[in-house]
Amino acid sequence: MAGRRAAKVPATQAVPAPEEKPAVQRPDQVDDRYAEYDPNVARRLAGYIFPYRRRLAFAMVLVVSASALSLAGPYVVSLAIDEGIVAENWSALMLAVAGLTALNLAAWRIRVKQADILSRTGQGIMYDIRTQMFAHLQRLSMSYFDTHEVGRIISRMTSDVHVLEDFATWAIVQVVNDTFVLFGIVGVMLFMDLKLSLLTFTVLPLMAVGTFIWRAKARDSYREVRQAISRINGSLAENINGVRVVQSLVRETLNFSIFRGINRHNLNMNLYASRLSAIYFPSVEFTNALAVAMVVWFGGREVLAGNLTEGALVAFWLYVGRFFQPIRDLAMRYNSLLATMASGERIFQLLDTKPDVVDKPNAQPLERIEGRVQFDDVSFSYTPDKPVIQNVSLDVAPGQTVAFVGSTGAGKTSLIKILSRFYDVTGGAIRIDGQDLRDVTQESLHRQVAIVLQENFLFSGSVLDNIRYGRLEASEEEAIEAATAVGAHEFISELPYGYHTEVQEGGAILSTGQRQLIAFARALLADPRILILDEATANIDTQTERLIQQALRRLLRGRTSFVIAHRLSTIVQSDVIVVIEQGQVQEMGKHQELLGKRGRYYELYTLLNSRQRALEEGIG
Amino acid sequence: MDTLKRLVSRYLLRYWRQAVVTYLCMTVTTVTGLVVPMVIRNVIDVGLAGRNPGLIDRAALIIIGISAASAVFSFGQRYLHAWLAENMAYDIRNDLYDHVQHLSFAFHDRTETGQLISRCTSDVNAVLRFSGWAIMQAINILLMTVIALAVLFTTDWKLAAVSILPLPVVAVMAVVFRQRIRPIFRAIQQQFAVMTTVLQENLLGAQVVRAFAREQYEMRKFNVEVDRVRRQRLQSIRYWVTNNQTNIFLFSLCTTLLLLYGGPRAIRGELTVGVLVAFSSYLALLAGPIQSIGEIVNSATEATAAGERIFEILDTQSEVADAPDAVEAPQFQGTVAFEGVSFRYSGREPGRVGPLTITDVSFEAAPNQTIAVVGSTGSGKSTLVSLIPRFYDVTQGAVKIDGVDIRRYTLESLRRQVGIVMQEPLLFAGTVRENIAYGRPDATDEEITRAAKVAQAHDFITAFPDGYDTFVGERGYTLSGGQRQRVSIARAILLDPRILVLDDATAAVDTETEHQIQQALAEVMVGRTTFVIAQRLTTAKGADLVLVMDHGKVAERGTHAELLEQGGLYRRIYDLQLRDQEEQLARDGFGAVADGEAPRTRPALGEENGYGR
Repeated sequence: MAGRRAAKVPATQAVPAPEEKPAVQRPDQVDDRYAEYDPNVARRLAGYIFPYRRRLAFAMVLVVSASALSLAGPYVVSLAIDEGIVAENWSALMLAVAGLTALNLAAWRIRVKQADILSRTGQGIMYDIRTQMFAHLQRLSMSYFDTHEVGRIISRMTSDVHVLEDFATWAIVQVVNDTFVLFGIVGVMLFMDLKLSLLTFTVLPLMAVGTFIWRAKARDSYREVRQAISRINGSLAENINGVRVVQSLVRETLNFSIFRGINRHNLNMNLYASRLSAIYFPSVEFTNALAVAMVVWFGGREVLAGNLTEGALVAFWLYVGRFFQPIRDLAMRYNSLLATMASGERIFQLLDTKPDVVDKPNAQPLERIEGRVQFDDVSFSYTPDKPVIQNVSLDVAPGQTVAFVGSTGAGKTSLIKILSRFYDVTGGAIRIDGQDLRDVTQESLHRQVAIVLQENFLFSGSVLDNIRYGRLEASEEEAIEAATAVGAHEFISELPYGYHTEVQEGGAILSTGQRQLIAFARALLADPRILILDEATANIDTQTERLIQQALRRLLRGRTSFVIAHRLSTIVQSDVIVVIEQGQVQEMGKHQELLGKRGRYYELYTLLNSRQRALEEGIG
Repeated sequence: MDTLKRLVSRYLLRYWRQAVVTYLCMTVTTVTGLVVPMVIRNVIDVGLAGRNPGLIDRAALIIIGISAASAVFSFGQRYLHAWLAENMAYDIRNDLYDHVQHLSFAFHDRTETGQLISRCTSDVNAVLRFSGWAIMQAINILLMTVIALAVLFTTDWKLAAVSILPLPVVAVMAVVFRQRIRPIFRAIQQQFAVMTTVLQENLLGAQVVRAFAREQYEMRKFNVEVDRVRRQRLQSIRYWVTNNQTNIFLFSLCTTLLLLYGGPRAIRGELTVGVLVAFSSYLALLAGPIQSIGEIVNSATEATAAGERIFEILDTQSEVADAPDAVEAPQFQGTVAFEGVSFRYSGREPGRVGPLTITDVSFEAAPNQTIAVVGSTGSGKSTLVSLIPRFYDVTQGAVKIDGVDIRRYTLESLRRQVGIVMQEPLLFAGTVRENIAYGRPDATDEEITRAAKVAQAHDFITAFPDGYDTFVGERGYTLSGGQRQRVSIARAILLDPRILVLDDATAAVDTETEHQIQQALAEVMVGRTTFVIAQRLTTAKGADLVLVMDHGKVAERGTHAELLEQGGLYRRIYDLQLRDQEEQLARDGFGAVADGEAPRTRPALGEENGYGR
């Protein structure tokens, strides 16, 4: 019977927690759709650019003048031919050559300068957005992290911001530049010969239409390609990660055939994309050649008729060759604008998320507290229709240890989360020394309330850094003292560099138990008035287990403590045991009293002891 | 060079027909591209100077004709080249995938997963980039340079010599630039990774950050790293742009030199305007390809390094493979015997011999018996049982099933009859149903449900919004550790293996869940030869034979009761594990309950001790 109940509880419990998560998504869905142009997003993006407007304007002036200079190039060449060579005027030729060199020299310097300004601007904007997003993430409530995947948040701050950089700097200036160049060429040609230029312009619509058709197709096909390759990578990664399972279940042949299919799909998508560009670029080149043929045919006749100089003909030929690039660039910019809209939308979504827990405008810092904690008819729910905590009332005197026990999913974790004010209560109030948690600033609260969680998260950095995370200004001696007090000193000293050993990502070189001891030291160093602790439950080897039990005693001493307890020793030694079931206090009292009641506590206690008992029967 | 040669011979040569057509197309495209400037030259020098309108008309038609041909061949070249490169990448990926999944556990133990994945992805991409772009570009440059220079020098060698002066400078600069920008980019990548790590840790440790009110500190930490990224990127952009623009300027010098030296000579009538125009157009054609020399060298270097790593994997032979004369295993009875088995892990560096992990272990399990393996961490428990499905091969001695050395059987037929539940239950992206049926994709829904029920997984699965169709795995519905473990047990059950290996299946779950899992396992073990590893001695109680491992040796063996009486290592572990709780029990006067006062939860206790049968 007990077995059945135990089996069922986590089953029903497992539902509410993940419910908060976004809808299940197949991993092959790549998050890179293109949005439509959104004036709202554009306006907000412009807000980031605004502080840099002077610089940007200057860069624009530079870029336009550099373009003007290089546009003038073919014209100067035509002058060199007509006024210099054909007119057999040596000094005019040399003047033209000198002019050409000067133009190029000037364009060189200007472009370097302009790129410098632009990159500063772009990097500045990226810096602004990233730091702003990070700061915002620090303000967000824990509920945000319960419902948002870390990987996604990171990609907002890396790839999405990166897309924005491209837009904020290069794109704007390039669009101005390309437009200028395109109209510049058209203008110069019109100026040089009206009829010939109008004739050659007939290829422009052809080029433009072709380019814009290609743009849309290319965009879609690149998205397909990206999705295909990300499926390949996903499939590879999964098979490598799970290779032991794959081999033990003899799945190799089937997996390989599935992978070949994914790989084949990627091949086809890539070939389609290649076909698109293999058609597009030669077509453009051919269109270009049509224009050249027109220049030769019509221009040649004009030269023979004496209406056009040889040099101008050459200049026309050179200009015609420059039509294409700005058109293609503008088309690509349009794609990147759409990508920017999508990224911007995602970034603003994050920035617009309001923290659930906010300081009141008149919130006071919490003064040095005694440690009296009162739960006054507290209720709490993540979603309105599903109460997680109902009408819990407790009065805890300073220095007492409270143990929360109950089945998985009974609401213990939620209780300590609202006590830490990771969430605000939805009914009633929690008071510390008589002050409602919601009336004090979160920062001052967390300075006096320390929380030690099951995961024992460690940051990369040295062991010392991690212990000092509890109190940054603590000296090394104090940190060592704290480590010694929780019994961590011994194993830390045995690490390759003692306290200065780097903890790898996620604390890989340390065992679960060791990580927990360091987390204890961290909390002890912070010396909080109130300690909230979620006991780890994973199996820990026997020796570390004993260390942890001793450390716990040391940690709980002299402060008000709340413990989600799994160890008998912790439970039995606490001043108040609170049995939580289905979000409500079912029983409360000291160990012996509760045992005497033979109620739910007795049941839980028996369950926890059962195996030892079975063993004793074995001995007996 | 050898690596590139291997890449070409192994992956490119099989498509030699397509390659020949591709390179033919390329030659035609390059040559036709060089014809147009010559036509223009003719127009200027003969058509215009000779006042020959017929020639001008012909020239226009020729340009159109040539360009049409060029466009067709250019399509062929572009498409076929992509086809070649993508097919090569396709083949390499397939080879890698299949090879890697057949490599032994020992290989995967010593190879970092992340690195292996990156070899299969970014290294393949490096090869793809090389074969798809660099090879084509290299041949293109070679063709173009040779033809263009030949034309230039035969037309007017002096003018050619003067006007190409800047080109070698650009070529050298391009190579040098590539060499120098690489470490800069690498540094940016590293710094970016540092920034991402700070971010990631901040997000993963969000509770810790808030718990200690460290938001300001974290912001300062992050801002420093973002600022570093900014500075490094600025530096690289500046370097990049300066180099690019300098190149463009150097190219413009070609035209300057051309006019400076050629102009006066044209005035003197030593050469024509048409020649000057053709020259400048040839020089412009050379500009792009010469700038990309650096990129090509770079790509070749990268592809070589990537190819080396790829071949290193493909050349690795699996330590565990079918013997040449391996036979299909028959339906096992279930007798498993270890005969003088010793085992050592092959070291990270080949040739270095590590210590023995298992030393001279012998025992025999009769069909349907349960063997418990206990011992401290690192005593060799997991290693011992992983020899049964041949995840590793023994160094000495033999593992026999029904009296036959398991190395005589094919891996596939052996592993189909050995089910294993691992310490870390790993599920794949897919539905719950797909995961349970992972080892037997042809299983019916009834079979799957039955397996799930036996594994005590059916109830929580049906409670999911989509039941058995709930999507799990990365990005999917999050299962708790205990739920994942029960799905993985169902997965093993579905195979209906004669021999079952349970590798500390409850290591990572809390006590309550452990209890459920043990219940599930108790049912599963019926009617199979089972090996079970556990930290907790409760597991050992119901076993037919308990092996106490210590430093790779069987220190003690016997039943639970026998071992306790012996008062050896087993007894010591037992004491250490239970002393606290016992003391507690004694203090509470709880011992009385155990002594048979029959509390109402009593009937459940028999089940509780999952392995008692």
